[in-house]
Amino acid sequence: MAPWANSPDNSHNFCNPQGCYVIEFIDVHKSFDVDGRAVPALNGIDLKIEAGEIFGIIGHSGAGKSTLVRLINLLEKPTSGRVLVDNQEISASNADDLREQRRGIGMIFQHFNLLSSKTVFDNVAFPLRLAGSYSPAQIKERVGQLLARVGLTEHASKYPAQLSGGQKQRVGIARALATNPKVLLCDEATSALDPQTTQSVLQLLAEINREFNLTIVVITHEMDVIRRIGDRVAVLDAGKIVEVGAVADVFLHPQHLTTQRFVQEAENVDEADEHDAFAHVPGRIVRLTFRGEQTYEPVLGQVARETGIDFSILSGRIDRIKDTPYGQLILSVTGGNPDTALQHFADAGLTVEVLRG
Amino acid sequence: MNELFTNVDWSDIWQATQDTLLMVSGSFVFTMLLGLPLGIMLFLTDRRQLLEQRGIYTLLAAITNILRSIPFVILLITVIPLTLLLVGTSLGVQGAIVPLVIGATPFFARLVETALREVDRGVLEASQAMGATTRQIVFGVLLPESRPGLIAGATTTLITLISYSAMSGVVGGGGLGDLAIRYGYQRFQTDVMVVTVVILIVLVQILQMIGDKLVVHFSRK
Repeated sequence: MAPWANSPDNSHNFCNPQGCYVIEFIDVHKSFDVDGRAVPALNGIDLKIEAGEIFGIIGHSGAGKSTLVRLINLLEKPTSGRVLVDNQEISASNADDLREQRRGIGMIFQHFNLLSSKTVFDNVAFPLRLAGSYSPAQIKERVGQLLARVGLTEHASKYPAQLSGGQKQRVGIARALATNPKVLLCDEATSALDPQTTQSVLQLLAEINREFNLTIVVITHEMDVIRRIGDRVAVLDAGKIVEVGAVADVFLHPQHLTTQRFVQEAENVDEADEHDAFAHVPGRIVRLTFRGEQTYEPVLGQVARETGIDFSILSGRIDRIKDTPYGQLILSVTGGNPDTALQHFADAGLTVEVLRG
Repeated sequence: MNELFTNVDWSDIWQATQDTLLMVSGSFVFTMLLGLPLGIMLFLTDRRQLLEQRGIYTLLAAITNILRSIPFVILLITVIPLTLLLVGTSLGVQGAIVPLVIGATPFFARLVETALREVDRGVLEASQAMGATTRQIVFGVLLPESRPGLIAGATTTLITLISYSAMSGVVGGGGLGDLAIRYGYQRFQTDVMVVTVVILIVLVQILQMIGDKLVVHFSRK
């Protein structure tokens, strides 16, 4: 734990009889008035986000994900339904309560949205000055800690225009954390950054999540962002949540067509192409999925020796989902006793999918 | 020198220069004080803005447009009763300030509105998300973020006031423009006209230069 003067008190209880949720959507609908016509953006959203998790919401542009995240701090008002933050219905708050609640919800943006007329220091100090309850000495100390945490101490007196994109987003993160929020909303926070900078910003978010047990909601159109830091993910398509679950489950075994497309985009594979390529390959074609430590165990060789099968690897990848290693291989299996082999794979804890019998 | 400018009475020129400076600076102060809040209200009450109020916006926009449509010479005469009521006289420098302010305020207010519209909506959204009140957004975000645009607008307004003030001779307002019309134009004293016009050109150049320098100084983009 970093030496914070006033670390956020995220130890308190978000639990109600239904579970430990910091954000809850209960049958939320949202439509926009366009030239007198109500155009629906979100249709019946039911979603629970647990305290301390990194929750990803993925969808194509126009799927409603930006609207969804803005309902959490009431930048958008729901047309019907309820949004609870920390068990309080934010959509029913009066103006004063709403401002107070918003101080408990940090937000970072795709285009950073820093004040160009203020220095890095003053940008981070801005939410503290808005709150009006901090002395100049307290502000100086707090901003100093935050800038040190995001690695921008020596840039305190620069203006945003003098910073790189990654540095601007770090200022955004420091600003969002200034008032010790319980929740951090990230609206396409890495979409304007190059891959290397994206990596370092995601790493910073993952660290903050662990250090302060901060709940982070990540909106993105890139599956890779969710694969790197997400705990759970919801897939949004045309204003509805079509799939929700642990990132590893959704990523390795996507059910809905939209999810499958996102995963294929992330993996850079086209399944239709693959099937064509495998048409000439003899034997059974199976997909094996390894998770966790079993990824590194010599299961394939053992099973091949025991059952006398031959196999060739048609395609595959070994990577990590957040902190969990995984492997996914497509094999063609010939000779020996393939049924027993598949049974052995399953017994070893691998997920076995037969693509062609 | 004096042979070239036979008709030029340098003490008259000095007096007229002082009158112009007094008229313009006096009306500039009031134009800023009235135009800035009017411009902010125009911005805030417009569609999809923080204090969206269709009725108020339509009313303010109508008043602004009407005042800006009236030719300044006509405005000078029409507001004489109001000038009498406010400052007790419709003559001289004092008498000229009231119509100058009424003429320039809606002009400046529109420039303020335009400058505020240039502020990134995302920055306003971020401020709202941080729990800022409308007042905090106006003074902490809108005005600082649009400062270069506001300074440019104020410079343009100041120069417009100089050109308006030349017409104030119609109500006996005095100043350089008045001198140029009465001596230079009506009495064919070309030398007087040349001197006054040169002074006005120099004045405008200096003010525009200062304005531009301030804009650059406060630009952070």
